[in-house]
This record gives sequence, structure tokens and C-alpha cells, in this order.
Amino acid sequence: MKNLSSHLRPYRWNILLAVLAMAISAGSDLGLPLLLAQIVNVGLYQDDLAVVLRLGGWMLALALLGGGFALLNSYLSAQVSANVGRTLRAEIFDKVESFSPAESGMFGTASLITRSTNDVVQIQNYLLALLRMVVRAPILAVGGLALSVGTSPTLSLVLCVSLPLLAFSVSLVAKKGLPLSTSMQERLDRVTLIMREKLTGVRVIRAFGNEEYEQERFDQASRDLTGTAIRMNRVMTLLFPISNLIMGGTITAIVWLGAPMAGSGSLLVGDVIVIVQYVTQILMSIMMISMVFAMLPRAVTSAVRINEVLDAPEVISDPSAPRQGAARGELAFEDVSFTYPGAEEPALSHISFTSHAGETTAIIGSTGSGKSSLLNLILRFYDVTGGRILVDGVDVREYSQQELRGKIGYVPQRAVLFSGSIAGNLRLGREDASDSELSRAVSIAQADEFVNRREGGLEAGLSQGGANLSGGQKQRLSIARAVARRPEIYLFDDSFSALDFTTDAKLRAALSGETKDATVLIVAQRVSTIRHADRILVLDGGEQAGLGTHRELLKSCPVYREIAESQLSQKEMDYE
Amino acid sequence: MSNESRRAPVLGGNGPQGRGMGAFERAKDFKGTVRRLGRVLRPYGWVLALVVLLSVLSSGFSALAPKVLALSTNEIARGSLAVLKGTGEGISMPLIGRILLLLMAVYLLSALAGYAVQFLLAGVSQRAMYDLRREVDAKLARLPLAYYDQNPYGDILSKVTNDIDTVANSLQQSLSQAITSLLSVLMILVMMLTISPVLMVVALITMPLGILLSSRIVRYSQRFFRGQQAALGELNGFIEENYNGHTVIKAFGREEASRRRFSELNEALCGHAWKAQFFSGIMMPSVMLLNNIGYVAAAVIGGALVLSGRLMIGDIQAVIQYMRQLSHPVSMAANILNVLQSAVAAAERVFQLLDEAEEDPDPADPVSLAHVKGDVRIDGLSFSYDKTKPVLRGVTAWAKRGQKVAIVGPTGSGKTTLVNLLLRFYEADSGTITLDGIDIRSMSRVGLRRHFGMVLQDTWLFKGSILENIRYGRLDATDEEVRQAAKAACADKFIRQLPGGYGFELGEDAANISQGQRQLLTIARALLADPDILILDEATSSVDTRTESLIQRAMERLMEGRTSFVIAHRLSTIKDSEAILVMRDGEIVERGDHETLLREGGFYEKLYNSQFAPPSA
Repeated sequence: MKNLSSHLRPYRWNILLAVLAMAISAGSDLGLPLLLAQIVNVGLYQDDLAVVLRLGGWMLALALLGGGFALLNSYLSAQVSANVGRTLRAEIFDKVESFSPAESGMFGTASLITRSTNDVVQIQNYLLALLRMVVRAPILAVGGLALSVGTSPTLSLVLCVSLPLLAFSVSLVAKKGLPLSTSMQERLDRVTLIMREKLTGVRVIRAFGNEEYEQERFDQASRDLTGTAIRMNRVMTLLFPISNLIMGGTITAIVWLGAPMAGSGSLLVGDVIVIVQYVTQILMSIMMISMVFAMLPRAVTSAVRINEVLDAPEVISDPSAPRQGAARGELAFEDVSFTYPGAEEPALSHISFTSHAGETTAIIGSTGSGKSSLLNLILRFYDVTGGRILVDGVDVREYSQQELRGKIGYVPQRAVLFSGSIAGNLRLGREDASDSELSRAVSIAQADEFVNRREGGLEAGLSQGGANLSGGQKQRLSIARAVARRPEIYLFDDSFSALDFTTDAKLRAALSGETKDATVLIVAQRVSTIRHADRILVLDGGEQAGLGTHRELLKSCPVYREIAESQLSQKEMDYE
Repeated sequence: MSNESRRAPVLGGNGPQGRGMGAFERAKDFKGTVRRLGRVLRPYGWVLALVVLLSVLSSGFSALAPKVLALSTNEIARGSLAVLKGTGEGISMPLIGRILLLLMAVYLLSALAGYAVQFLLAGVSQRAMYDLRREVDAKLARLPLAYYDQNPYGDILSKVTNDIDTVANSLQQSLSQAITSLLSVLMILVMMLTISPVLMVVALITMPLGILLSSRIVRYSQRFFRGQQAALGELNGFIEENYNGHTVIKAFGREEASRRRFSELNEALCGHAWKAQFFSGIMMPSVMLLNNIGYVAAAVIGGALVLSGRLMIGDIQAVIQYMRQLSHPVSMAANILNVLQSAVAAAERVFQLLDEAEEDPDPADPVSLAHVKGDVRIDGLSFSYDKTKPVLRGVTAWAKRGQKVAIVGPTGSGKTTLVNLLLRFYEADSGTITLDGIDIRSMSRVGLRRHFGMVLQDTWLFKGSILENIRYGRLDATDEEVRQAAKAACADKFIRQLPGGYGFELGEDAANISQGQRQLLTIARALLADPDILILDEATSSVDTRTESLIQRAMERLMEGRTSFVIAHRLSTIKDSEAILVMRDGEIVERGDHETLLREGGFYEKLYNSQFAPPSA
């Protein structure tokens, strides 16, 4: 919460003003019954219409004053909450943008999204409720209490019974109701989960003829939800009649106790009327406060989650005096080891190889052997824990991140595209690329056929995440984006998996012309994709199991031979 | 997407002050939908009638309370004035006591009736929604696969969950509020009439003014809420896309550019948000102000009436209480209508789903086969998804019992469509498919699919134990049979290494095991089902090489002695197929075994050799 209150500081004057405005408005609400009592006690008892009219005029003025200040409060609290929401959102986004994948991995993408969107909305709504209700309710409660004690201390004693009674009932209902509300949310999630599974798995369900089983499964969850929802609603709605009853009881008690006092002349009729009104106001305010408190746990959870993001330490930082590389397209691993933070086993250990401009280095190995980790180290998404990586003769940690990544064209395993035009996506590679350069990149990536078929060609729009493209098309655009960058180092992370073999072959042929003075690093699953590489690095459990050409490795490296044999026939292994 | 972010809360939408303001939508056919909603509620007609009756009692009693209270105040005023002026008797405590007893009874009855309304409504609305969910679920089972393929599953999901939820909540809250508010207003006006026609007129002037004001504000603020919702949606979309593509943004050094864009969207949202919240905020103060003015008028006019002897002091108190009670329904009126309207819009979306065209019914007297030998003949099969672009054109093919038939061809050549037709996920436009000489359309769909087993690229598993997931292939299989199937599928080893073994709980999308392991489980599931004919869609996605050889072995075991269709993406794996069907643009262009096709030097030969081309070619 400490961190959050610092976000309120710039708006402290507005907040103060909002509170003040609300106080005045609440004060006017308290003043109205007071004037009414005067009308009754003075005007009516003394048969004086002029007094009634004059007091009426004052009441009107007070009502207008209160209304005006309530409007002012609305204006200010809307401004403050919207602005705080904006600043918070911007700060979280900035922070997340500066995260390396190491840090964002700790939270998970879905969780980061929730924190930047829903959690901020929660805080914003709570702030609004706070500025409007929480200020008003205590003023009404305390003011009402003071005024009713001032009017008649004896009658106010009734509150000593009804206030604890109200507090007790509210907490009782909350204690019964909140767990039910949590379990209802769980059951609702279960209904959603099952329905989602049914929708995504419709082919499998029908192929196995399990429609009835599925209907039973859904029905069970749906019935559970119904039962819990009914119980929760029945408990929660108890609050209203109970509080009404307490209010009624209090009023009855006041009149019962007030009547003899009025009879003996120690209390005026107007006073009885006004105390009844104040008591109503006090009890209503307590209800309001308890409602805002019910919102508190949710807001606190959101605040904690937001703070976790804002307080996350930066892992990857730029050097104070960044260097620039001299050579072009050279990549060297010198005895590189890497262990993920918190992991016991190293993901990579003692990897060494050098790749010069114009060469292709392929990396092969089973899942978990460390292939993707190796690429992450070159991009400096993580820092090595042993040895060093040189790009153009300079340690990657001595570049600024911007400079280093400027040399690299990265094609991730899962093609990521953004909403906007195709050209806009390709220019992510290089902002100042001309249209003809883009067209060239597209045709190298074998994407020209489907790009030209789209209305608008390069200017054709993509929906969010490129959802209107097939997996293979996305992959080709993702390759074109890297090509458009004209990088010194290409990193292909198993980037051809969604392509059929014809396209795959054509693409690699076209690419080889483009990468003459760049280093190409290919992570692959299929031996056929990489057999022509200048060198192949075989990874096994994070260790370097072999380094050499296809032919050399077939002879010298048992791990490689095993992989090759599982994929190729004898004839294909002898091909060439 | 995770559960936590599934429901986006509306900015300034709820909480005690927001009064459920937000962007509302309207139904296209309001009357028809309401009528249909009525049909859904018909089984609960008697309960609903009781609800209305109890509402009348509840609001009647609560309207009566101030009137009763006024009696006691009048007695106090009369008594104290009498004592003061020395004319007549003082306050009669027995009378006050009787009045207060009556008052307490009125409060109690009002509370009881009010709670009974809520109690009954909770049952009715939730049960009615349960009925609706059940109906939707049954409907989904009857919809053709085309519906699933054409509608994003998120849309369908939101109809079953969010929309039905909206309907249930508004039925329970807004509907009862609407009924009670309306009744309260009527009762209060009647009560005021009995006290003082003049003061009722005062209320009658301020009330419509209040309703007018609040509905104006709501209508006016709608555009800001819509703007805010749109801006929020755009911003959230941007955030989602950015975080998902975080590594790419970093790798291409585009952090600055996306910060700039974010800032624009954030600014826009802030601009809409404060206006929307301001207008939702002024509703209460405005109605309160109007109400306070009514309060002042009642006090002054009431005072004048008392002075002229036409009203008693306690009556002023009652009138003022009535004025306060009126302010609630007045400020809610516009909003309740809007909430009810969006509930009707949500109901309309659910009904739309219920009206979708269903699959052609199965034949009345379907041919049912216990076991088939597995002779499949496809004859002159044509099909198109949208009638303009044929996907299959006159495909003729066959597979003899126990034969392994591979289907190869570039993306979009019609391989998957062929499978869709074999399993009758879609119906052919023309041509026939026969199984052991029997037209598959003369069988029931369930009966037909019983003979098929399927292992797809998309490894669908559900949240539950591994045991349950494999047993999904045959629901009556024993634990031991499940284990045997897993062993045959080379999955037993990795399953036993998991914590809890076969009891290991798969998470959502089975994300807690690897893609290769998922594949092995689907093979085990198909093995357990022991189908007569198999359809395998070979995985293209990244599976590590060791698991891949396990999968290969498991698949071969699965295909033993069964007619199998293999959709192949890699040619090295299908060379031992007895027949290879080569597809291109919806036609089968070549058929034969590997050696023959290579010798013929056609399309297949070109496909096959392209995978070995050196990159410098």
C-alpha cells in the first residue's frame, strides 16, 4: 500500500478538496432536519408562518449548497481516480516493457495482463468509492450522532443497543456469505472450464461417441453451481430485511422512550422527529461503510499484485560505457554455462563454438536439451552464469541491449504478429525499410503468393495476434520480418515446423542467397533440415554432445546418429 | 487465458455508488425475446405469482410504516401541546404503546415478506438458468461441426457463461427491484393522498422530474461509457498483444515505439474514463438535490397547512419519510430499465444459439454393425465448405481391410476435409462413402464413429487424472485395461514417473506435461477404444526426437491389423504404406506405393525430393 499512496501524492490537493466538498455536502444533509425541527418547535408551536417561510428559505439555500458541493466532489473524484488509474497503468506497462523474459517468466504473461488491466480497474473503482462514500458515511454517522446526543442524550442511548446489533448482523451475514461467494466463483469457473473443454474438443468427443458422458459431466457442474448460487443469494439478501428491522426497532424504541419526555416537557416534538431522522441516517451510513469495507479485500489483493510488479528488481541492465563491435556477423561461445535462476541443474554447460559470417550453424537435440536457452543467451534475455558469448568480438554484456539486438534477426518458435498492416509488422524489423525492400523480404520468405492474394497486399490488415493467418503463413511473415532487418546474425528457433516440405526447401534456398555475410543459427528438430549446415552442435541434457558436419557427426557422435537413424532411412543417410 | 482475467470488470460499474451504470446494449427483437424468456420461466409460474403477491405485501407494509409512526407523533404533539396550553389531557401512553406495537408488527411483516420475495426469486432465477444451460448444452450436442468451425469458441463460451449469468442476475435483482419500486411508488402515493392531497401533488411534481433527470443523465452518460468501454477494450487488447509478443518486441528493440502507442491509448482511456465516472457520479447528488427541494417544499407547505389547521405535525414527518422513500425508486428507475434491457439482449444471444440449424437427423432405422472388417470405399466424393470453392472434386479411393493408406499433399489440398467426411463431421455434397459395402449415411453417426479411432495433431485432453483421460477411449474399461493400453502406447513409463502416477492431475489444456507426452496419451486412449479403422494425423509440431521415436513405435502398434488412414506431413514415415494417395487441389492425382510413385516421376517424386534439396540449390 505504501507504494500506492505515493501515486496519490500528485493529486493531494484535489483529494483534499474532494473530501472537503463532500464534508460540506454531508453537513448540509445534517442541517436540514435541524431546520425542520426549528420549523416544528418554533414556527408551529408559536403559530408563526413567517418563521416557517424564513426557515424554509434557509433550508432551500442549504439544500442547493449541499447539492453544488456534491457535484464538485463527483467532478474531483472522477478526475483523481481516472488519473491515478492512468499513471498506475503507464508505470506497470513501462516496467513490464523493461522486463527481460527472465522477469516476465516469473509472473507469467496471463498474470501480467491481469495485473495491468483488471487490477488497475479494481484500484480505480475502489478509489472512487472511497472518495465518494467513505468520506460521506463517517461524516453523516458522526455528525448525526453528535447532533442526536446534543438534542437528547437519553434517547441517543438507544443507539448503544442498535449499533452493536447491526454490526453483529452484518458480520454474521458476511461470515456466512463470503465463503459461499468464493465457492460459487469456483463452481462458475468449473462450468466455464468444462464448457471450454467441450468446445475445443468437439471432434474428439464426437469421434469417441462420448456426447452423453459429456452432458452428464456438464450437468453435474451446472447443478453444483445452481445449488451454491441459490444458497449464497439467500444468505446475502438476509442483510436487507435484518437491517430494516433493526432500524424499525430503534425508531420504535425512541418514540416509546421519547413520548413521556415530551409529555413532561423535557423534550419538544420536533426533537423526537429529528432524532428519528438522524438515527435512520446513522444506521444507513454504517451500512454504506460496511459495503465499502466488503470491497477492501479485493482492492488490497490488487494493490499487492501491482506492487509485486513495480517492485520486481531489474535483472538485465546496460553497461555504463557500452562498446561497439568491429567485425561483422561473427558469433562465438567460449565455455558458456547457464543455470536458470532457482534451478538446481544447469540448462547449458561448457558450450564452445565459433560461427563466422556466411556460415550456418545448426543446433539439434531433444526437448529440454537447452536449444532455446542458448538463443536466449545470445539475445541477452538471460545472462550467462559461466564463460562468455562474443558477438563481433565483444562480450554481449558490454553492448547496450539496443545495439546488440540491432545486429540480430530473431525468428521465434511460435510466430508472433501484431494487429496492424503486414508492412507495419515487417517494419518491426527495420523501421525505415522501403516498400521494395519489404517486397523482397516477403518473396524470400515465400510469403509473396499469399500476401499478394490479400486485398491491399502489404497494406492488408492483420487481426490481433495475426489470427486471420494460418500457422505456416504466420511463420513465413515472421521470417520475412527478420530478413527485412538485414541482420548480422540470424536466429531461427525451429522456425520451419509449420511449413510443408516444398515451401521449406524453397525458402531455405532463397534465404541462402541473402545470408552470405551473416551468421545463421538454426535450431531444428529434423535432421533433413540441417544436414547441409557448416557445423551442427548436438546438445544432450545441456551438454555439448558433438560438433561437426553431418558426415563427421554420423561417424563420431552416437547421440546424433541415434537421432538421424530415427528420422532417415539408410538410403537417405547415404544420400549425397 | 487464465481464469483470473476472464471477467473484465467494468470501470466505475459497480460498488455502492456506481449503481451498476455502464454501457448498455439493446435487444434486436425485444418483445419476442421477452415472450420467450417468459416461456423459460413458465414452469415457475406459481412461484412467481407468489413473489408478486409477497411484493405487494412487502411494499404495502413498508409504505404503511410512516403513516403508523405519524399516529404516535400526532398523539405526542397533541398531548404535549395540551399540557403546554393546559387544555385537556396529556399524552396517553397506552395509546402510544398500542400504536408502537402495530408499528413493530408492520416493520416485521414488511421485512418477512421482503425476504420471502428474495428467497423465492433466488431459487426461481437460478433454477431457470440451470434449465437454460442444460438446454443450451443439449443443443450444442446437436449442432453440426460447421457451427463450431465458424464461430470462435470464445463467443459460444460467453453465451453459456456470461450471458446466462447476466440474465440470472438481472432477473433476481433488477426484476424484483422493478416490481418493488413500482409498487412502492403506487402505495406511497396512495398513503400521501390519505394524508394530504396538496403534499401528494408536491411529490407528483418532483418525482417525474427526478425520473426525467436521472434517465437524461443515464442516457447522456451512455456515450461516455461506450467510449470508455471501447477505449478500455482497445488498451487491453494492446496490452495483451504486447505481453504475448514480449520477446519479439525486445528482440527487435521496439520498446520505445510500443510505449508511445500505449501512452496514446492510455491518454484516450483517461479522457473517457473521467467523464463517464463524473456523469455516473452526478446522478446521486442531482436526484438528492431534487429530493431535498421536495423535502423543503413539504416542510414549508406542510407547516403552513398545520398552521391553518388542516394537517397534524406527525403528518409532516410521515410526508417527509415518504419523500425520502420515493427518492430510491426514482434514482433507480432509468438504470433498472437499462439493466433489464441488456439482460434481454443477453437472453436474445442465448436464444439465437438455440435457434441454430441442427445436424440432419440420423436415419429412423439405422444399420448397426457390431464389428466391421474395414473395407472403405470412397466414390466420386465432392465437397465445398461455402459452395463457391470446391475443396474436394470427385475423389475416388479405397482401403482394403487392414491396409495402411497414407494421404499426402500440400497444405489445402483437402486431406483434412477427407477425414471430416469419413467421420461424418461434415456431409458430402455428392458421392458416397461405404464401410464394408454399406453407405455410411444409413448408419447413425454414433454407430459409425464407434468403428473409428482418431489421433489428431490437436491433442485434446481434459482437466482430470491421467487414468480418466485414457479411459475416455472406452468409459467402461478397468484400471488394468487402461494400464495395458498405456503400456502398449509407450506411455506407461513416463506416467509412472509423474507424482501420483496414473492419478496425476492434468491441468487446463494439459499444460503440465509435454506435447509429446500428450500425444502418447491420445494414442493410449485410441488403443483402449480398440477401433476397427484408424485415422492418424501426424504431428508437425515440435516434439523432441526421442519422444518422437516412441510415438512412432506406439502408432505402429496402434495400426497393426487395422485399416488406417495416415495424414502425413513427413514423407520418410510413410514409405512402408501399402498405398499412398497423393492429393492436390482437392483431387487424388496419384495412387500407388512409394517405389512405384517414385518410378513414375510425377508430383509425388517432386514432393519427395524437395525435402533433400541442399539449401544452395
